[in-house]
Order: sequence, then structure tokens, then C-alpha cells
Amino acid sequence: MSRKVRIAQLSCGPEYSGVQKEIYDAAEAVDAEVFFPDIALADVERGVDAFGLDVRSADLKLMIARAMALVEGKVDADGVFIGTCFRCAEAAIVRNELRRYIHENSRLPVVSYSFTERTTSGTLLTRMEALTTIARRRALLAREEQTGITMGVDSGSSTTKAVVMKDNEIVGTGWHPTTEVIKSAESAIADALEMAGLTREDIQAIGTTGYGRFLIGKHLEADLVQEELTVNSKGAVYLADHQRGSATVIDIGGMDNKAISVIDGIPGTFTMGGICAGASGRFLEMTAKRLGVDITELGPLAMKGMGVNVPMNSYCIVFGTQSLVNALAAGSSREDVAAAACHSVAEQVFEQQLQEIDIKEPVIMVGGTSLIEGLVHAMGQLLQTEVVVPPHSQYIGAVGSALLASGFVKGE
Amino acid sequence: MAKVFIYPATSLILSDLVARFGHKPLGAALGIRERIQTAGVDSPPLQITPEEPKRGLKYAAVEVPSGVRGRMAIYGPLIEEAEAAIIVTDADLAFGCMGCARTDELIIFSLRQSGIPILELKYPSDEEEGVQFVAAVKKFLDGLPKEEGGA
Repeated sequence: MSRKVRIAQLSCGPEYSGVQKEIYDAAEAVDAEVFFPDIALADVERGVDAFGLDVRSADLKLMIARAMALVEGKVDADGVFIGTCFRCAEAAIVRNELRRYIHENSRLPVVSYSFTERTTSGTLLTRMEALTTIARRRALLAREEQTGITMGVDSGSSTTKAVVMKDNEIVGTGWHPTTEVIKSAESAIADALEMAGLTREDIQAIGTTGYGRFLIGKHLEADLVQEELTVNSKGAVYLADHQRGSATVIDIGGMDNKAISVIDGIPGTFTMGGICAGASGRFLEMTAKRLGVDITELGPLAMKGMGVNVPMNSYCIVFGTQSLVNALAAGSSREDVAAAACHSVAEQVFEQQLQEIDIKEPVIMVGGTSLIEGLVHAMGQLLQTEVVVPPHSQYIGAVGSALLASGFVKGE
Repeated sequence: MAKVFIYPATSLILSDLVARFGHKPLGAALGIRERIQTAGVDSPPLQITPEEPKRGLKYAAVEVPSGVRGRMAIYGPLIEEAEAAIIVTDADLAFGCMGCARTDELIIFSLRQSGIPILELKYPSDEEEGVQFVAAVKKFLDGLPKEEGGA
């Protein structure tokens, strides 16, 4: 039995919010243990003075002192979970600065989260799983080349993707909307195998990721069942041919968005959000539907428009759609509305998530929404950089899974 | 015997002083340890559930962070029950402290609003101030009714 991964918890408010048990449960589910770095009360004020952030809440002071103990190597950990109450400004400052401090001064993977009393272990599971993967599977994540014949399946909330790879090349792809999880996966797999000219028996190892990863993994007897944060990071730097050094990976998904700060293909800090559907791929789907175009046509349409001509606030998918309808009724062009929708989603991801990680170039956009040209353009404008969209970016999770699964090919 | 809310609620010294001078201290029956091995400095001894932040809505609006509402679910009823209060400000962490400064602000405000007799003291910085501190606490507590319902 492998050693439990030790995750240091730096937090303010989880017990009085009633969610400490949820944190324990999420860690337990991925065979990890959460612990609180043991420090002396006398070290708390000293640590705060040395750090230089003068906060008033004692638990935030404790967080700072504990972070310093971790960075200085006085306490051993495999990863760090930083959690504070949602809507607490003082805590948000500390959370953000500690995340940055640990990231810059240690090799510890960090995930930060702001919770409410409604936070469940299910919400935290993928984040905890990513932390443990980074700690437990560093050797596997170091893989830079795909070998043998492997298949990756990404069972996402909107679509299911399958990729077959052979000797470091993508030889087959399949894509289906997710309806019945296993059925959708089987359809995507059948397409990918047909395109590759291979059969299921030819596949030497299988990796699964996405929301349906456990179900599909069990069904396919997969060698690797992995959350999408590490898999997508790996897939992104592999496809963008930027496996060494720093990079930022952005994946605007159908249900949640991921922003990952990557070093040598391994996530350093990451956020996974999805409180408001207005900042998701789902809103762009709705926009396309309302404009009467296919989702694949939304990007080119947006590129012809001027988003600033249309006031749009899609913090909520309902109000965003209302803005869209109002703009069309007031005579705005479809192009301008498409551009405004793309800008709105990009702006929210920028404001809500990209502030939580360090943006390092290249910025790589992946996932189905990276094919929406207008969205990529809007993100580039906000970040003042050229955003890289690698080939096969829509298959990112499946490619990452196939790449990592080759670590399980016999003889490897 | 009066019910005296103590702030910081985790101060065992303050709790002891109130009890020693014949009154009932209202606070968290929880000492601050020399080493902190729990999630927070004032980790609750009981299992708080997500229901507590909801109960805390009686004392703080929904946009107030869940940690504040969870704490208020514990301290709010004690404040309502209190007949007097002693508030010590700028206290050393070892004297007793509470994890959340926002909750502290709300607790102190709620006490001041309640109209009960309150003694507000600054934490002593030397022995002489310490003696004056204890004397002030004693004088305040001596002035509170000793008999239940009495004057």
C-alpha cells in the first residue's frame, strides 16, 4: 500500500463553516491525509512580522506562520491546500499572497479555494486528487513522449472525446456529445479506432479523465484514471511542444473552467471554478443557438464584430442571455453580439480565476472552447499576449490521458 | 450571580477571574495552547455542522462569510443571555484570542448594543498595569448582583 500523501492545510474558517469534515472526506477519498503544520504560538507573531502582511484575524496570522514553516522546510508536506471563507476580503488577500509565496519559494503544489457552508467533499475531490497526483506520480508526469498504442478518453460534462495514439502520433480521434456516459464514450472510441484503422485489442494501455472518468475507467478497465487538471496540463504542453519551463493553461469548459500555472508540464498552482454558468462554454453554446449559428461558426462571427458595441453582463447565464436578447432587439448586429459574448466569458475567467494564478507565457488555451476564435482573441486582448492554441486542442484531456497511459504499456 | 460574557471568549484567565469573584462566565470553554495543532487558534471542541452558519443568519446577513456566521451561531445566544460583559482589547495571543477579526468586531458591537454593563480594558503591558487590570475586573464584578434576580 502506498504512503498516504500529506496535504498541509492552511485555512481560516473551515470548522466554523462546518466544512472541515468535507475537506477530510475529500482527502480520504484520494488516499491522502490533511494535517495542520504544528507550530508554536510564539512563532505566530514572529512569522507575521517577518512576512510583512499586517492582518488582524488570528487564524490568518496562523496561516502565514504555517506557510513560512512549510517554505523554510521546518514542516514536511507533499502539497498545500489553502482555504478561506468566500466573501472575506482580508482572507482573500492572505490566500492569494500565500499561494504566490509558496509557489515562488518552494516546489510544493498548491491549490486554493474559497468555501461556503455549502461546499461538499465532491467539490473538493478533483482538486485534492490533482494535489495527490502531483505528489505521488511525479515520475509518470515527467513523461514527454507517447510510446506504443494507447487510448485516452475524456468524459466531459458537455462532450466525450477519445484519442488513439501510436508512437507519439495521434492516429485517431472521436467526439460525441455526452448523453449517456458509457454510450457516448463507446461512440467516441469507435470513431477514434475506425479512423486509426485499429481494433480494441490493439490498444496496449488506456487512460480516462473528465467527470465520467471513474465510470468509464471501470467500464474499460483503464490503466490510468486521472483528474483533468494534471492530464490537461500534460496534454497542453505536449501539444504546444513546450514541455519544459513555465506555461499557463486555460481550459474554459462546459461546466467549469480550469486555469493552471504549469512548470515542466506539472501544475504548480491551479484554480477550478464554475460558480456562474455565465463564464462557461455553456453560455457560448446558448449564444450560438440564439444567433441561429452552429457553435463552430460563433468564433469566426465574433471576429467580424465589435464587442464594445454591446453592453453584456453574463455573470449569470440568465442575465447574460437577457442582455443578448435586448441587444438583438435594439438592432445590434449578430457579429457584435457574438463578439460581446466571447469578451464577456473571457473577462469573467480573467477576473475570477486568472487572478488566482501567476500568468506565465506561453498562455495555452485548450478544450472545445479554444476553437472559438473570438474567445481566444478576447482572452489574448485581456492578457495582452498572443494565446497559443495547439493542434487537436479540443482533445486535450484524451491526448493527455493517452500520453500518460503509455507509462503502463508493458515493457515500459 | 450574574452571567458575564468574556472577550476574548477563549481566555481561561478571564473565565477564572469571573468565576472566582462569584459570577458565571460565558465564553468558549477552550484554552489557547502553546502549540497549535488544530485548524485554527480557537478550533471548536464540538463538531460544527453546515447548519451552524445557517443559524448564524439570525446575527449576520447571508453575504457575511460562513465562518463569521458559524461563530455567531455559538456566541450570539451567549450574548443574548449575558447580563454583563468584560472586553479585553489588544490581548496577547496566549491570553486568549479568537480566529476571526470580523467576528470580533461583530461580537463587541453586539455587546455594546445590548445595553448591559460592560467593562472595557486594554490588555496590561507590565506588572503594574496587570495589578490595576485585576483590580478593575474585581471592582466591576463586585458591582454586579450576586443573588439571582437580586440587586
